[in-house]
Amino acid sequence: MSIWEYANPKKFMETSGKVLPWVAIPSALLCIVGLVWGFFFTPEAENFGSTVKIIYLHVPAAMMAINVWLMMLVTSLVWIVRRHHVSALAAKAAAPIGLTMTVIALVTGALWGQPMWGTWWAWDPRLTSFLILALFYLGYIALWAAIEEPDTAADLTGVLCIVGSVFALLSRYAVNFWNQGLHQGASLSLDARENVSNVYWIPLVICIAGFVLLFVTLVLLRTRTEIRARRLSALLARERMA
Amino acid sequence: MQVQGVSCARGGVTVLDGVSFTLEPGQALVLRGPNGIGKTTLLRTVAGLQPAIAGKVSLPPETLAYAGHADGVKATLSVAENLAFWAAIHGQGGVDGALLAMNLGQLRDRAAKNLSAGQRRRLGLARLIVTGRPIWLLDEPTVSLDSDSVALFGAVLRGHLAEGGAALIATHIDLGLPEARVLDLTPYKARAPQAGQSRDAFAEAVE
Amino acid sequence: MIALILRDLRLAIRSGGGFGLGLAFFLLVVVLVPLGVGPEPATLAKIAPGILWVGALLSCLLSLDRIFALDFEDGSLDLLATAPMPLEGVVAAKTLAHWLVTGLPLTLAAPVLAVLLNLPGQGYSWLVASLALGTPALSMIGVFGASLTVGLKRGGLLLSLLVLPLYVPTLIFGAEAVRRGAMGMEAGTPLLLMAGITAGSVALLPFASAAAIRVNLR
Repeated sequence: MSIWEYANPKKFMETSGKVLPWVAIPSALLCIVGLVWGFFFTPEAENFGSTVKIIYLHVPAAMMAINVWLMMLVTSLVWIVRRHHVSALAAKAAAPIGLTMTVIALVTGALWGQPMWGTWWAWDPRLTSFLILALFYLGYIALWAAIEEPDTAADLTGVLCIVGSVFALLSRYAVNFWNQGLHQGASLSLDARENVSNVYWIPLVICIAGFVLLFVTLVLLRTRTEIRARRLSALLARERMA
Repeated sequence: MQVQGVSCARGGVTVLDGVSFTLEPGQALVLRGPNGIGKTTLLRTVAGLQPAIAGKVSLPPETLAYAGHADGVKATLSVAENLAFWAAIHGQGGVDGALLAMNLGQLRDRAAKNLSAGQRRRLGLARLIVTGRPIWLLDEPTVSLDSDSVALFGAVLRGHLAEGGAALIATHIDLGLPEARVLDLTPYKARAPQAGQSRDAFAEAVE
Repeated sequence: MIALILRDLRLAIRSGGGFGLGLAFFLLVVVLVPLGVGPEPATLAKIAPGILWVGALLSCLLSLDRIFALDFEDGSLDLLATAPMPLEGVVAAKTLAHWLVTGLPLTLAAPVLAVLLNLPGQGYSWLVASLALGTPALSMIGVFGASLTVGLKRGGLLLSLLVLPLYVPTLIFGAEAVRRGAMGMEAGTPLLLMAGITAGSVALLPFASAAAIRVNLR
């Protein structure tokens, strides 16, 4: 039995239907536990005050913003190489979630930046990169929306996603080159204790796990919706021919 | 040229199913069928502009000259410049023969935007001659031509066949080619798939 | 291929919109900025590299939607796709023609317009060098965007939305090279990085563009 069997829409609908509650419920639990713990049951940091607690939204959202694009890149490649429809639809389904995560990361970042750096917005490399990432998401979503024929749309957005990934990476380096900024380094290195102490770190990991599962839940739901929409148009086409 | 069991789709809907025919040098094949049957779609599939859903089109590479509904004529270029461009793209030389054959000699320096629809069409057809390619795919070549021009093009076509060329033509008008075979596409019209044997994976994606 | 380049150049000259429009737009951007930010020479000198680059980029954007749209409408693109030249070659030829009509005149006009913006003297050579090396990438990326949207009725706005994010690295390195050059700093690194992006784009994007056009023609 190969993994490609799940690329068949029918098989995908059956399997995803069974899997969905097993990711949806843990995702809700982890998000609630992580956020409540993070917001209300962690000590106030000495030099940061309570504003630091926004990392429980900011960091998971920022991580997802990048990883969703990676997932779209992989599914686009699978569509272009192996022509599995579900793969293309999963990429389509993921894009708005990725955009939302990017916007959450930007907004929470601004809310945090205000008390920390005294400004809502700074052209800091990380902030700028995320803004550019949001533009890439917007373009990708707009291209999907503009093309009527679904296979054409899948092909063209796939090409855009691959080329866009290269240019997004280039932009990241270009922006770093352009301005070394205010933003602290990544808070989660392999040796996490160096950056953030345990009390903060455990709820953060819970939040991240919750966000990952939340994304899986949403992407499954949205892919199922897309498949239903495609099924509907396939049935309508059949009706017209009969 | 061989076409074997080709199915083709327009806008994601299969229109023709299992079309087969062969075309030898010196032969012409006329495609017939009601509007919307998929003549244009079939021609575009044979031309390689869109993939066949099933079946195979086999022909030697770089032998096709396609003439669709649009003529590919640039309005600001003169008649001769338009032709010379396509000749250069196909690595061919002079355009005088083609101008003469389609009775465009007197119009050669006129800008294409000042041509009538019929003259423009003649220019589009003259392009076929300068490609130097043996297999012509013609999609309603006689649209907006008067009867003299139809006869003129019929003669050009006959000359092309006599030189060992071939032509696949979608038309409703008699081009004066008694030797041309006729292929009626009506029997190849794609039927709605029976439940359980759909080509489209999504029609089967039941809950 | 030369035939196609010559045809595109001839069309650009005869239809009038080609050379003139992009340059006029560039001029307008450069004139409007001092009217907006004030005549202070020091301020203008500071923002000149950025304004010149953004202006060149926007002028380049202006003509993108016509690259393939006209050939698509009149059927030429179908005929080119069945012609002996590979579609990748068509893309490369049209990119070169677009650059000759927009990128090259912009590069040549930029030093003149830089005077209006009070660009420091040592920045001029960097300005010309960076535009000469960077505008081919702008044309190439624009052609890629145009081939994605060629089948769409009103693709113009969408085209800008797709292309502008892809312009970011070129813009950053290009403007940075001029900025450093104008301040008398070492500017070779950003210039080389930008040239690298141009080389990569010109080498790889024709394949992506041709693939997109094939999808759009079917």
